[in-house]
Amino acid sequence: MKVTVEITRRPEIADPQGTTIQRALHDLGHNEVISVRVDRVIHLEVEGEDPSQVQARVEDMCREVLANPVLEDFTVEVVE
Amino acid sequence: MRTAVVVFPGTNCEHDVVHALTVLGGEAELVWHRETDLSGFDGVVLPGGFAHGDYLRTGAIARFSPVMSEIERMAGQGRPVLGICNGFQILCEAGLLPGALIANRDLAFICRFVDLEVTDTDTVLTRTAEVGQRVRIPLNSYEGSWVDPSNTGRVALRYVDDPNGSQQAAAAISNDEGNVVGIMPHPERGVDELLGSGDGRALLEGFLHSLVPA
Repeated sequence: MKVTVEITRRPEIADPQGTTIQRALHDLGHNEVISVRVDRVIHLEVEGEDPSQVQARVEDMCREVLANPVLEDFTVEVVE
Repeated sequence: MRTAVVVFPGTNCEHDVVHALTVLGGEAELVWHRETDLSGFDGVVLPGGFAHGDYLRTGAIARFSPVMSEIERMAGQGRPVLGICNGFQILCEAGLLPGALIANRDLAFICRFVDLEVTDTDTVLTRTAEVGQRVRIPLNSYEGSWVDPSNTGRVALRYVDDPNGSQQAAAAISNDEGNVVGIMPHPERGVDELLGSGDGRALLEGFLHSLVPA
C-alpha cells in the first residue's frame, strides 16, 4: 500500500527557510503572501492488506523516528 | 580514567577530540557506533560531524545506533556524557537532553570563532570554570539553533553575540543532573594558542576532572 506522511513543524517553532522564501516572494512582487512554511512529505510503500492496520503501523513509525515530537506533528494518509 | 569517543558513519571530529583530551592528560579511545559494551570507560564524548549523513534530521538515525543504549546507561549512572556539535544534536534526538537543534536563524552555515560566557558551573563541562568567565572557541554548524518548548534545559554557556537565534542564546546546555552536556561550538578545537585559541582547555579540563572510576 502507498502511504503519504506529512510532517509539519509546530507553528510556534521558527521556520527560517519559510521566512526566507516569503521574503523572496515579496521581492518578486507577490505581496499577497502572508506566510510560508516548508514541511516534509515522505512517501512509503508498505506491505499489508488492511488500510487501518497500515495506518496505525505508520503512525507508530512517525512517533518512533520519522517525526521529532519536540518540534513536529504528523499526518498519515493511506493513498491506495 | 578512560573516555570513549564514539564514531558514527559520518563523524569527522573524533581525532580532534582524542587529541585534545590526550594533550590535557586524559586517556581517550575511538569506539565504533556498533559497540555494545562501554563498561571499560568512565565517560563518553559524541563528537561533531554528520552522523549517518544527517538524513531525516540531524541525529535522528544515530540515536538508534547500538552504542546508544550504553550511552543511556552511562548517562543514567551519572557518568560524564558530552555531545559536541552533531553529538549535541544526537543527545537531543535521543531524549538525553531537552529540546532540539534547528537551522540557524539566518540560514547560514556559521564557521567562525564565537565568544561564550559560562552561566552554570554545576555541569561536567564547566565545573572548573567560573560563572561569567568568557571563552572564545570555534562554532561550525548549520543546525545550531537550540529550541526547547519544554523550557527545562539548563544553560551552561551562552553566546555573547547570539549568532544563530538559539533560545536563551544557549551555546551549551545540560540535563538536570549536570552530567549530560551538549555544546554547539567546538572546545576540542581550542586547545592550542597556535591554532587561534586555548580557551577550550578550561572546558575539557572540567570534563576530565569529572571522570571517576567506573
